[in-house]
Amino acid sequence: MRRSKLLYVPFWATYVFLYAPIAVLVVMSFNAGESAYTYEGFSLKWYGELAGDDRIMNGVVNTLIVAVGSTVIATVLGTLLAVGLARYTRSKLLDAVSLMPAVLPDLVLAIGLLVFYGMIQLTLGLYSVILAHGVFAMAFVAAVVRTRLSGADTSLEEASRDLGAGPVATFMRITLPQLAPGIVAGALLAFTLSLDEFVIAFFTIGNAEPTLPIVIYSMIRFGVTPKINALAAILLLVSFTAVIAGQRLTKIGESRAQD
Amino acid sequence: MLKIDGVSRTFGDVTALDGVSLEIGQGEFFALLGPSGCGKTTLLRIIAGFETPDAGTVTLDGDDLLSLQPNRRPISLMFQSYALFPHMTVAKNVAYGLERERLPRQEVRQRVGEVLETVGLSAHASRKPAQLSGGQRQRVALARSIVKRPRLLLLDEPLSALDKKVRADMQLELKRLQHEVGITFVVVTHDQEEAMSLADRIAVFDNGQVRQVDEPIALYERPRSPFVADFVGANNLFPGVAGGSGGIESETFGELAGTPLTELEPGTEALLAVRPEKIELADENAARGLAGSVLDVSFYGGVSHVSVDVPGRAKPVLAAVQGAATLSVGAKVKVRWDAGDAVVMAAGQ
Amino acid sequence: MSRSRGRRLGAFVFLTPGLTYLVVLLLVPLALVLSYTVFQRGRFGGVVYEFTAENFERLVDPLYLDVVIGSLKIAAVTTVIALLAGYPTAYLIAQLPRKWKTIALVAIVLPFWTNFIIRVYAWIILLSGPGLVNSGLKVFGIEPLELLYNEGAIVAGLVYSYLPLMVLPLFAAIEKLDPQLREASANLGASGLTTFRKVTLPLTVPGVLTGSLFVFVPSFGNFVIPELLGGSKSLMVGNLIRQQFLSARDWPFGSTLALALIAVLLVLLVAQAWVARRA
Ligand SMILES: Nc1ncnc2c1ncn2[C@@H]1O[C@H](COP(=O)(O)OP(=O)(O)O)[C@@H](O)[C@H]1O
Ligand SMILES: [Mg+2]
Repeated sequence: MRRSKLLYVPFWATYVFLYAPIAVLVVMSFNAGESAYTYEGFSLKWYGELAGDDRIMNGVVNTLIVAVGSTVIATVLGTLLAVGLARYTRSKLLDAVSLMPAVLPDLVLAIGLLVFYGMIQLTLGLYSVILAHGVFAMAFVAAVVRTRLSGADTSLEEASRDLGAGPVATFMRITLPQLAPGIVAGALLAFTLSLDEFVIAFFTIGNAEPTLPIVIYSMIRFGVTPKINALAAILLLVSFTAVIAGQRLTKIGESRAQD
Repeated sequence: MLKIDGVSRTFGDVTALDGVSLEIGQGEFFALLGPSGCGKTTLLRIIAGFETPDAGTVTLDGDDLLSLQPNRRPISLMFQSYALFPHMTVAKNVAYGLERERLPRQEVRQRVGEVLETVGLSAHASRKPAQLSGGQRQRVALARSIVKRPRLLLLDEPLSALDKKVRADMQLELKRLQHEVGITFVVVTHDQEEAMSLADRIAVFDNGQVRQVDEPIALYERPRSPFVADFVGANNLFPGVAGGSGGIESETFGELAGTPLTELEPGTEALLAVRPEKIELADENAARGLAGSVLDVSFYGGVSHVSVDVPGRAKPVLAAVQGAATLSVGAKVKVRWDAGDAVVMAAGQ
Repeated sequence: MSRSRGRRLGAFVFLTPGLTYLVVLLLVPLALVLSYTVFQRGRFGGVVYEFTAENFERLVDPLYLDVVIGSLKIAAVTTVIALLAGYPTAYLIAQLPRKWKTIALVAIVLPFWTNFIIRVYAWIILLSGPGLVNSGLKVFGIEPLELLYNEGAIVAGLVYSYLPLMVLPLFAAIEKLDPQLREASANLGASGLTTFRKVTLPLTVPGVLTGSLFVFVPSFGNFVIPELLGGSKSLMVGNLIRQQFLSARDWPFGSTLALALIAVLLVLLVAQAWVARRA
């Protein structure tokens, strides 16, 4: 059917709106001058400065530690939870609880954990952030694995149980291999979400050495320099590559699954 | 009234319509018959304005249709899937087209009431489409299409989604309705029985081309091409070359009697078609006919279908005989027909 | 081993670890926050366990109530703009050929997967005094404008951050729509606009609601964007909560503000479910 040409105006405006700020950032990261705003010629010097900045480098390491730690927790617990919810209960309440961290505003979860850590007098640090990220990451893993479970064939599991295998053996031998793609997807999601997470980390890290988003945040509060632009450009490249690679991988996974 | 002239449409490398020309008269009940994928829906969509042809013209009473937007054409299309608005009640669905004409509310209500009465759905006016059966939905779609009193009503496989019993009822109803409202109907179907029982005239489609346009009986008795002979009714077909006496010369069976539709040069490749009900089953010692043995007998109440295995043919010969057949499986018979009952046409096409 | 004992064992083995984690690190903390709303603040942070209604009285103090209402307004404006931009975009994406559809969708979500702080930062670069927008205006002889550190900048940042969350549900709803319904509408004499008003829009209401909720919720509770783009003048509830917890050290009042936040969101969720069921 004919579509109105007029529709293309907001359509293209949306894409310009989404990508123009990013493009400006990247261009400015190659600025030879001192200003983050006015372009004065090409240079890679800010990339060089980046490598020499300990705060940023430590931030990267801390972020990775948190992301790995919380992803491990979330993947193990989230997968078990998904199987448990799908196969061993019909409770709507438990369903809701398992999804809650994903829909709750991050700020509320953040202050809740801050209050709780204060109550049990836990000294804040990277591990308190790991535990905190585990909460919402687990919700996402559980959700992703469950969609996979609902498409999985239960007759195999039933056959295994009939042949006398207990729930754990059935899980290890039958369910887990079937779920593998879902678990990997869930883990990747958990990892990416943790890498980017700012609010909860900001509240639960205390005085410990911060993660990268917090480093960037405080740098911006102190004033903008092209160094942040360079960092931004690198992060953009990393996440764009990761998303596109992920897209390819799921496509390959899907076509394999169909074979 | 509707004149389609040289309409073609291709999608990529698929040719959906290839130079289709048709003329449909005022008040006619016209059927487009053809196998799935032969371009019937595409033709309807072109008439309704949802596709544009690559070539050709379409006029309604002499006025060019193709330059009109879909919503300005005095044509209703009943979609194959009915396309009822799921968020509106039956009455709202039916009123939709009238409301677009900005008719007074009183008149809209009255006409909706009337048409729902006509299709027997007055009691369901306030239901949503999801609460209706397939047959009821079909009636709503029909009511929605005719309430606007279009000059032309296009129906895309209107009955294909219904089960057999409902379908037979609806066929009668469609015919009654067409009589009542006097609108020109163009109905698309892939079911030849349906086309036969509904239409005044039928156009047989194959691969985007019109093969034959005729009245049902003519189409049935005098198919002009092998495709039509095969598609319309279960014909018994025999290949061969045109013989001198009007029949054909078959490699396996020798001379077979028949009547050519058009003059055929002796020696050209030809096909002979005989209707099952024209086949006579004779005693195995009869002088004339092809010898074979009965493969299967099925009784359809009123007629029996006897299939006879004739050595030299891949497909058995099908014969329809009145009443219950007295033959049993394995019986030796001869099949034969009168020269006047077998049609000979040029092969190819 | 009997069937039902096996099931109970399975339920125990699979559900206990995750649920324990959620109870300890989600439900208990939320219960704590909830309970703090009725207690007094400690002198150096923390709480004194003596009942008081003072927190709720402060909540309706115009000083704070205005911030809550202002946040609602900002979130609402953000949602409306995202809807106006997102609907035509989603609508067009849904009609693209299959290959382009995927590409267009990936392009919508791609910025969403980059660091949130960085995306907000990009707007500082764009909107600040010597930034790109003002440089552009200068070309046309327009004096530099105060683009940053106001509510407009907050809205821009919020729309930018959450637009994909609007487009995706809208796309899903529009894509699901049978294109023949639109054709049927045209066939019955409706213009393009009428078809949109009477058929397309009513049938995509669930997508509109979901997308609006997805944008409204994180906008309303945001504190990073108002902090970075709104400056000191434009506070939102999120900033207040952050202040109460990290600088004013008034945890009970901060908890009360958070409760107000959750209450608003719950009301919206219920309203959305109600409308979606009727649609
Ligand atoms: N929009 C389209 N894009 C590509 N191919 C199409 C389109 N519409 C129809 N076709 C093709 O054109 C041919 C005729 O289709 P159609 O008119 O629907 O046949 P029918 O209704 O007789 O079953 C089919 O091969 C179909 O695949
Ligand atoms: Mg069709």
